[in-house]
Amino acid sequence: MTELASSRTARRIGRGLLAIVVAFPVIWVLFIASGTSFGPAVSDPKDFLITLLNGITAAALYFVVASGFTLIFGLMRVVNMAHGAFFLLGGYIALDIQRNMVGGGGGLGLSSAQVGLSQWLLPLLAAAAIVGGVGLLMQQLFLRWNQGQDLRQALITIAVSIILADQMLAHYGGIAKDISWPRTFDKFVNLHVSGVQYTFTRLVILIIGIAIGAALWLWLKRTRTGMVIRAGVDDRDMVSAMGINIQLTFAIAFLVGSALAGMGGVIGGSFASLAPGVDANWLLNSLVVVIIGGMGSLGGAAIGALLLGLTTNFAAAYLPSDYTFYSIIFTFVLLAIVLAVRPLGIFGRPA
Amino acid sequence: MTLDRSVGLVFVVVAVLAPLIFSDYWVATLLTQALFLGIVAASLIFLSAYGGMVSLAQVGIYGIAGFALGNLTTNGNTKGLNLGWAEAPGVLVALLIAVLVALLFGALANRSYGIYFLMITLVFSVIANLFFGQVTSVSGFGGISGIPIPDFISRTAHPDRLYLATLAIAGLVYLALRYVARTPFGLTLQGIRDDPVRMSSLGYKVALHRTLAFTFAGFIAAVGGILFVWWNAQIAPSTIGLGATIDVLVIAVIGGLFQLEGAWLGALVFVLLNNYAQDVSFIGDRFHTLIGLVFLVIVLVSPSGLMGLWQRAVAGRPRAERADSAEAAGPAGLKPAG
Repeated sequence: MTELASSRTARRIGRGLLAIVVAFPVIWVLFIASGTSFGPAVSDPKDFLITLLNGITAAALYFVVASGFTLIFGLMRVVNMAHGAFFLLGGYIALDIQRNMVGGGGGLGLSSAQVGLSQWLLPLLAAAAIVGGVGLLMQQLFLRWNQGQDLRQALITIAVSIILADQMLAHYGGIAKDISWPRTFDKFVNLHVSGVQYTFTRLVILIIGIAIGAALWLWLKRTRTGMVIRAGVDDRDMVSAMGINIQLTFAIAFLVGSALAGMGGVIGGSFASLAPGVDANWLLNSLVVVIIGGMGSLGGAAIGALLLGLTTNFAAAYLPSDYTFYSIIFTFVLLAIVLAVRPLGIFGRPA
Repeated sequence: MTLDRSVGLVFVVVAVLAPLIFSDYWVATLLTQALFLGIVAASLIFLSAYGGMVSLAQVGIYGIAGFALGNLTTNGNTKGLNLGWAEAPGVLVALLIAVLVALLFGALANRSYGIYFLMITLVFSVIANLFFGQVTSVSGFGGISGIPIPDFISRTAHPDRLYLATLAIAGLVYLALRYVARTPFGLTLQGIRDDPVRMSSLGYKVALHRTLAFTFAGFIAAVGGILFVWWNAQIAPSTIGLGATIDVLVIAVIGGLFQLEGAWLGALVFVLLNNYAQDVSFIGDRFHTLIGLVFLVIVLVSPSGLMGLWQRAVAGRPRAERADSAEAAGPAGLKPAG
């Protein structure tokens, strides 16, 4: 009895601490925010709104990339450590295709005035398809016959990522390059709230993120393949015993998951830039998102992406100016809080 | 004396006599590097072989020790805090900081198993790297340079001294890891590796043991970090990035994730490949493609690394079989509990 009571008290204290840790940043941003360049949200709603939108749009891109990672993991228990390399590969492929379509753009790159909508969309789709193919190839060549040995599979994907990263460095060099947005996207829109003029490209990212989320959700919940995937997540052997070709399902999931990394790379390369090291950052982002949200869960990827996007953007904007550099710590704090409360992530379930 | 021991003895004798046998470049650059990289890889192999935990945070902790030492012992003219301490207290405090961070990391990851553990520790390592890249008051992008080395082991005093000191420390690390594995703590850890649920029902504090093992391995990695900083005289975020993290994993896997000796064997192979591959015309700067291919082949052919190959080559002896059967089942710690 007493032990039960004491564990209950401990849990209550834990929850209290958690509430403080969560509430303090909210109060700080809304009412205090001293020493920051913006000031508290109540007196500066415009910058608050922009930071909020930045966080949500960043989350949309995190989600696109991490959903591919989590799809593969959920079904096959494969941690695809080459996901970041696939992201970068997708970006570089789209860059090549775009420059070929538009012509020129050598040293300084293209300006968005030169680029039409199709000259962005086609590279996006082509890069996604090619990277999906590369992922499928990796799965069929190296992973398929190592099923169930999750550490070995993770090591294999690490080996592939080392080779890919080095080859990309050889072909594309160390200088940052970026894919150009089409001219239709390169504008500001008036949101008619506190007079905020917001970059349209970020809204495009948000729309793509939502569209991909909705498409994945419909695919998983409403189609036969999706049903098999969900069943496979719960019990692969049983699905296989029912006479369903689970290997085909694995292949499809790997294709789609890798294609999402490639697509993310094109968006990321348009939004920021492509350079060696970007692959590591995006592997980190994907890992953090799925560790927070729970491995293998699409909803978890969405929640994880949102938490990471908001945390990084608010930390960068609302830390006192002298301490802005410390914003990386908040990613760690977010991860630490989630792991302390739910070691398998917010929506994580034991395998 | 078994064949294993004789071969091991030959390696030790050659290592001790290396300054008499090899050129200064080999001793001061290649072999010293292999020894401290081996120490870091040994900390990884210790966790993997005895605790079933494949940790990618070792390079992060190694970097934290290195950066702490850099901040504490430099005196002006470089980035960082330039506290200008003497070496001895600097080393102690740097090790202490790294061990405390390892304790924190371990406490956060102690309920994660297998690939979850791998991913979480990788995130720790990358965050440590980004931290030093971004926080300009302790380092910033360019890192800390001109970190002093104690006079009695400095290369200016005598070219071989740092090598011999590193060799002695590597020997101590090896013995310490072997010893800890045989203590009641180490045996409990191996029990947890094989079956955490049963150990927990037997009344062992599973999470605590895993945390302490991680902290201890963190200390070993930190020792490697100190030696690295003394050898290199500088440390930058790029030297502890994802690339370095993976390099140490590659070393451990090439050597063999299931045996401590593999750490130094893997490190030697890695360092030699790194150094001599660029002289081969078709490889040139593409060292990482080569190492990636070597890594891929090793993982596909012999997941227990060169040590595993060696044991298989010297006839199917019980030890080799044990490593293989452990793999077939997937080392127990690699399964999520429950």
